Amino acid sequence: MSDAAPPPRPLLLQGGRVIDPSREIDAAGDVLIQDGRIAAVGRGLSGPDGTTVRNVSGKVVAPGLVDLHVHLREPGNEDEETVASGARAAAAGGFTAICAMPNTDPVTDNQAAVGFVVRQSGRAGLTRVHPIGAISIGQKGERLAEFGEMVSAGAVAVSDDGKPVVSSHLMRTALEYARTFGIPVADHCEEPTLAAGGVMHEGLVSTRLGLKGIPSAAEEIMVARDVLLAELTGGHVHLCHMSTRGSVAIIREAKERGIQVTAEVTPHHLTLTDHACEEYDTHAKMNPPLRESADVAALRGALKDGVLDCIASDHAPHAYDEKEAAFDDAPFGIVGLETAFAVAHTELVCGGVFTLPELIRRMSTAPARVFHLPGGGGTLAPGAVADVVVLDPTAKWTVDPGVFHSKSHNTPFTGRPLTGRAILTIVAGTIVHEL
Amino acid sequence: MTASILGKDLTGLEHMTPEQIRLILDTAEPFKEVSERPIKKVPALRGKTIVNLFFEASTRTRVSFEFAEKRLSADTVNVASTGSSVSKGETLVDTARNLEAMRIDMVVIRHPSSGAAEFLGHRIDSNVINAGDGKHEHPTQALLDLLTIRDKHGKIEGLKVCLVGDVLHSRVARSNLWGLTKLGAEVAVCGPSTLMPRGINELGVTVFGRVEEAIDWGADVLNVLRLQLERMEKGFIPSLREYYRVFGVTPERLERSPKPVTIMHPGPMNRGVEIDSRVADGPHSVILNQVTNGVAVRMAVLYLLAGGRAELADAAKRGTE
Repeated sequence: MSDAAPPPRPLLLQGGRVIDPSREIDAAGDVLIQDGRIAAVGRGLSGPDGTTVRNVSGKVVAPGLVDLHVHLREPGNEDEETVASGARAAAAGGFTAICAMPNTDPVTDNQAAVGFVVRQSGRAGLTRVHPIGAISIGQKGERLAEFGEMVSAGAVAVSDDGKPVVSSHLMRTALEYARTFGIPVADHCEEPTLAAGGVMHEGLVSTRLGLKGIPSAAEEIMVARDVLLAELTGGHVHLCHMSTRGSVAIIREAKERGIQVTAEVTPHHLTLTDHACEEYDTHAKMNPPLRESADVAALRGALKDGVLDCIASDHAPHAYDEKEAAFDDAPFGIVGLETAFAVAHTELVCGGVFTLPELIRRMSTAPARVFHLPGGGGTLAPGAVADVVVLDPTAKWTVDPGVFHSKSHNTPFTGRPLTGRAILTIVAGTIVHEL
Repeated sequence: MTASILGKDLTGLEHMTPEQIRLILDTAEPFKEVSERPIKKVPALRGKTIVNLFFEASTRTRVSFEFAEKRLSADTVNVASTGSSVSKGETLVDTARNLEAMRIDMVVIRHPSSGAAEFLGHRIDSNVINAGDGKHEHPTQALLDLLTIRDKHGKIEGLKVCLVGDVLHSRVARSNLWGLTKLGAEVAVCGPSTLMPRGINELGVTVFGRVEEAIDWGADVLNVLRLQLERMEKGFIPSLREYYRVFGVTPERLERSPKPVTIMHPGPMNRGVEIDSRVADGPHSVILNQVTNGVAVRMAVLYLLAGGRAELADAAKRGTE
């Protein structure tokens, strides 16, 4: 991706199943990549002399996956993840673009800090890492950060993720000010006085375990508020990691009213419930917490019909010893870049809930549009930048965090048999991952 | 490590069988007598090393365990930690490893985090006994409550037992709920809605808002839970004064019952808040019997976890095992 790098040789992906939700394509064919761009899509293609030809029969060629929500821990906690290790993990997971949340140490709340992430991404030369700037200086929820300068430096959105924007006034001004730059404001929806001290979903399981619960209403109150503020301001609010059926209902109604709201859901909220917290498994501790089966059903339905726009991993690396603690004392969050596609594919596609094109839309085309990513992404249209993934939808593998590219191994999916994975990840025509 | 009929650890009653619970109660019976002797010591656990690891303040439970251990001739060490700048979790992992490195046999742990005893049990080979973990369970308290109810009523099955007060924050309530339902008692909980946990009605108990309702239901036993004074500061109840007026267990409320109601309390009591002194000190109070039974129950648990056989408990007292 560096300017100085020689252009990669033309690449012909031959004989695959080409799925491009951006153009409603699902057909057998070839994809020719030249000068870092999609040159052609069709049957019986051939490239110029020197073209590398890859037979991908039985495989799926799709626009590279896009993850709007990851935590890369650089600067500040490079032992847990760096931009480079996160980009490597993303490439292995089939992602060609990921968006890094600003809750680093120090917080990514100014143009220099945003530029640092851009430079680290360029040095890694793997999956594109787009920075998200903070909404407020130091994520303190007080004064607006400099959106204009951060956008100029490469920020694609703003968020105080990890923390909610408690002040409704600040959220209002953020939505208004972000309109100027055409970026979304991504909010972590959590009413802090209701959620205070909570470590899992409030329900029967939390009662049995004697753990303090976080009621669904803690999320839904903020979802409702953000929707109303988006309506008030005309700004674009993006709701992070939705977890409850009540949130789905509010978003559905808001979209029907034409309010500019988008929303994401994680693979784990689509597949796990609060029962995963039994035995006090700290790898099932995340915020928002895993909810109930009725929530999982509502989230799946909403993702299918587009009320929820996309899947995002909320990849949250933690050092192994941090999760080696009593449930109350362990940090929230799990890694997800290297399992996101396979978990979603196994549960939703193999499980008969989604078609593969529907899943690719929710993991590529839709998220690229939600954040209006520079360079596009999410499409195989001729002329588009060649961010491409080749997926083997029949590959069977078992999750072993020991072989993760991520520096952290905190996943609740250890030992789980999965079906489907990325075998080739291509960023701007260059292969960045090959299985 | 000797395999015991209870498994390696005693972390809670939720996953125990009624037979295991009855076995502990039956094993406690012969141990009661040891504490009545002039020389209160039997050699059953001679040579065993037990660490009492208390991350939370405790008088009654810690002393009760220590007496139980000493009366069984175990070597005991008390470790009290009131926390430090390092997180409790990190302390717990490191403490566990260090204890294990000293080749101990058993750990009795109290910790403010729910699940801490299970966490420790999964990481060390020694037997772990939960002396209270967060809001989760306090199994030996429930066992001594069961023993006390059985002493008083001659049975547990079919009795109506109501847990009164702050069920939300109570590990005693959760352990009692599991133990009582497993042994066939009818269980109710009673207290202000702000102190009732979500979904409690799905655990096979009746939920009452007022003490009067529990008495009209025909409660044979009221187990009155301690109201932590900080609950008022955190806004769960408006005032201690009102709590006493509305939810306190008073002689006036008990007069509604046509039969004597057995009164229990895990201690320490807030007289004049959750329980009226006249009730606590009254003829149907078995609060001090609970404390006495605590030592016997803990002796039984220690003995059984160490691999002792229930039918030999009587012999073990005489040192002929």
